[in-house]
Amino acid sequence: MKDWFKKGSPWIWLSGGAVTISMVMVLGLVLMIAYNGLSHFWPKPVLEFEYQLEGQASAERVIGEISRSETMTAAAMREAGFHVPEDQAVVVRHLIKRGNRDVTGQDFVWYLEDFMSNKRFPEDILVLERLQWGDFYGFLREFVIDGEVVTIGDDARRAFENTLQETSQLVREINVIERVNIGDVNFRMEQLRRQLRGLQLNETISDEQRAVLEAEVAESRADLDAQYAELEQRRNELRREVSRYAITMETMGGQMRRIPLNNIVHAWRPNEMSFFQKVGHYGRSFWDFVSGYPREANTEGGILPAIYGTVLMVLIMSVVVTPFGVLAAIYLREYAKQGPLTQLIRISVNNLAGVPSIVFGVFGLGFFVYFLGGNIDQMFYSETLPSPTFGSPALIWASLTLALLTLPVVIVSTEEGLSRIPRSIRDGSLALGATKAETLWRTVVPLAAPAMMTGLILAVARAAGEVAPLMLVGVVKMAPSLPLDGNYPFLHLDRAFMHLGFHIFDVGFQSPNVEAGRPLVYATAMVLVFLIVILNLTAMVIRNRLREKYRSESD
Amino acid sequence: MSEQRETPRTHALDTKRLRDTYRQGQSMGGEKTSLSLRDLQLFYGNDRALNGIDLDIPEKRVTAFIGPSGCGKSTLLRCINRMNDLIDNCRVQGQILLDGEDIYHHSVDVAELRRRVGMVFQKPNPFPKSIYENVAFGLRLQGVNSRRILDEVVESSLQRAALWDEVKDRLQENAFSLSGGQQQRLVIARAIAIEPEVILLDEPASALDPISTLKIEELINELKDKYTIVIVTHNMQQAARVSDYTAFMYMGDLVEYGDTDTIFTNPSKKQTEDYITGRYG
Repeated sequence: MKDWFKKGSPWIWLSGGAVTISMVMVLGLVLMIAYNGLSHFWPKPVLEFEYQLEGQASAERVIGEISRSETMTAAAMREAGFHVPEDQAVVVRHLIKRGNRDVTGQDFVWYLEDFMSNKRFPEDILVLERLQWGDFYGFLREFVIDGEVVTIGDDARRAFENTLQETSQLVREINVIERVNIGDVNFRMEQLRRQLRGLQLNETISDEQRAVLEAEVAESRADLDAQYAELEQRRNELRREVSRYAITMETMGGQMRRIPLNNIVHAWRPNEMSFFQKVGHYGRSFWDFVSGYPREANTEGGILPAIYGTVLMVLIMSVVVTPFGVLAAIYLREYAKQGPLTQLIRISVNNLAGVPSIVFGVFGLGFFVYFLGGNIDQMFYSETLPSPTFGSPALIWASLTLALLTLPVVIVSTEEGLSRIPRSIRDGSLALGATKAETLWRTVVPLAAPAMMTGLILAVARAAGEVAPLMLVGVVKMAPSLPLDGNYPFLHLDRAFMHLGFHIFDVGFQSPNVEAGRPLVYATAMVLVFLIVILNLTAMVIRNRLREKYRSESD
Repeated sequence: MSEQRETPRTHALDTKRLRDTYRQGQSMGGEKTSLSLRDLQLFYGNDRALNGIDLDIPEKRVTAFIGPSGCGKSTLLRCINRMNDLIDNCRVQGQILLDGEDIYHHSVDVAELRRRVGMVFQKPNPFPKSIYENVAFGLRLQGVNSRRILDEVVESSLQRAALWDEVKDRLQENAFSLSGGQQQRLVIARAIAIEPEVILLDEPASALDPISTLKIEELINELKDKYTIVIVTHNMQQAARVSDYTAFMYMGDLVEYGDTDTIFTNPSKKQTEDYITGRYG
């Protein structure tokens, strides 16, 4: 035993154990997120059962998916007012997703196992994913055109399935018109409005000139109005066409509901799907999730704008933080006179890394948004005032705030890298008649590049996961347009944007429908984790290539 | 510092020093002088590391500095291309004349000086680039980017450094793929690619095996018809083999300087004899 201690084995076991625990925790977390996030898109079977509490005259029919199940102690249930037999110790209850929020008002309800009877999975249950009011569960009864019942029963099903394909095409077209074409026209109209306002404020031009220019603006304006009218007409035609079709569904309570086809995104019958159909459905839902726009206060639909915003912000942040950090580190390490002042600066930089991120957010709001942005608006966008252009939370300010937040990481790792470059390399370069600057740029900096990339990797990892400061300087719950699009100047740094981290917070804690949002929280978290992994892997591949290129004995 | 250098020297009237210098100048026979060191003193803070060295180094000859560790021979060597400038609180007094001009004069461009006085270090220090780019580095610094000129210079430099035949098929490979001896010859090729007047070798073979050492020594012999070479070495056999003139240093003093045969066979100072015969050092 003494020998065992002497050899140092306990330390090996301790450190090994620590590593194992960390690995298990990380792996467990990732698996938990992935399982909960990914399983959401799998079409679950829909259960139909009779539910009769004691004392109720008649049973009620319930249709829905089992969202999750819990085992409760009988005592707790008795306290809650349910009758549980004396000899029973535990009660199982299920959370049933009944959908049909517009009919019943409550789409997630707990049911006790003991009072459920006659469970079955009817094949003809139809699930509808709707644009509004969430999912709908029921039986298809009639197919309706222009308010008149055309077919019923099996024919209705066939007619419905065929028409849905056509109408979803049309719905997609409507979306394109609304989101892209009309968006473009609006954007240009806004520019014209600004131009006009600028003309009115401009005192250097004469009245005649102004009149001429205003006439030009009015002309383009009329042009755009015509385009807008045309688009609007086209959209209205499509809408009218789509709204002709509807179906009548029977709910679990036996009510008949008429649902227009333009409200239906997808329709499927989970109880009769084969495995491969389910896989297909799964792929499509997942794709819709990562490529779609959010609906219903972010609890439905996709997260494309959030992915987009996160990636863009991280990229801009990297572009800003790398030169600043690297130059600062080079100055500190290579040029500055090493003394108490340099040491103080270094300590301050290191301490900056420990400042709570919300403080950076407050700073960003005060300095970037109000001061810098406000002044930019005064100087260059005075025609739009009082409505702000850069003087409001925006992509650029969020990126700059995060760049500031991650600056210490880049500085510290670049300095480490610079200090590891052997003296002999510098001497060799200097002895060939290189100046200090030439030595730095031609030999030292390329050699320290892997270290700089390491700094950038750490910065990206930190920036992508940061939420608190962003809420102050640029992230919003719902951004009407993407920060990068086809309108000049393409990259709109002055726009607010959506962010995965904030999306998780918003869906998880701010949404009106917690149960509906829960799986999306996991799915979004999973996307965020994978996004960070991808960003990091990219940076690591670049770093390893650099390392290979500048491999030296010292490595 | 520059003020000190510019102040008129009173030691010119120091008769003993004048006599020494004169005598040493005599011992060099009719050789043309490339470098003249005049009362060179070097301080690290308040500690004096070189105590007034006077030395004439002849052109296109090999001059060796020998002496025990810490005697200041490497420090002296690094003064010649002002590598000591990089060390904080290092101060130099006195003059080093390269073709009659004081290299410590404030108007001297240090980078330009180092182009004229190349240096090879104890440990091979190729850059982590290709063999080709290592040799072309000095030229690229001077703004030469013509492929034709670079190709030509790289080939001729590698040939002069006796490395061409070994690397001509893999010029684009990383310089670290070469062996230690090859790396050292590459570094020499890199130094001669920019056509310096003087090459300083700081124990160039001490990290190499005997065969590589031999190759470096042969190379030094080849190079001396074109360049003035100053070599610092621990190895007295090496000094005897490669050098024409030898300076023996001890504790920051130049003890004896003369042609190599005389120093090794008939030293005039007791200290030199003791060192050469291995009684200390």
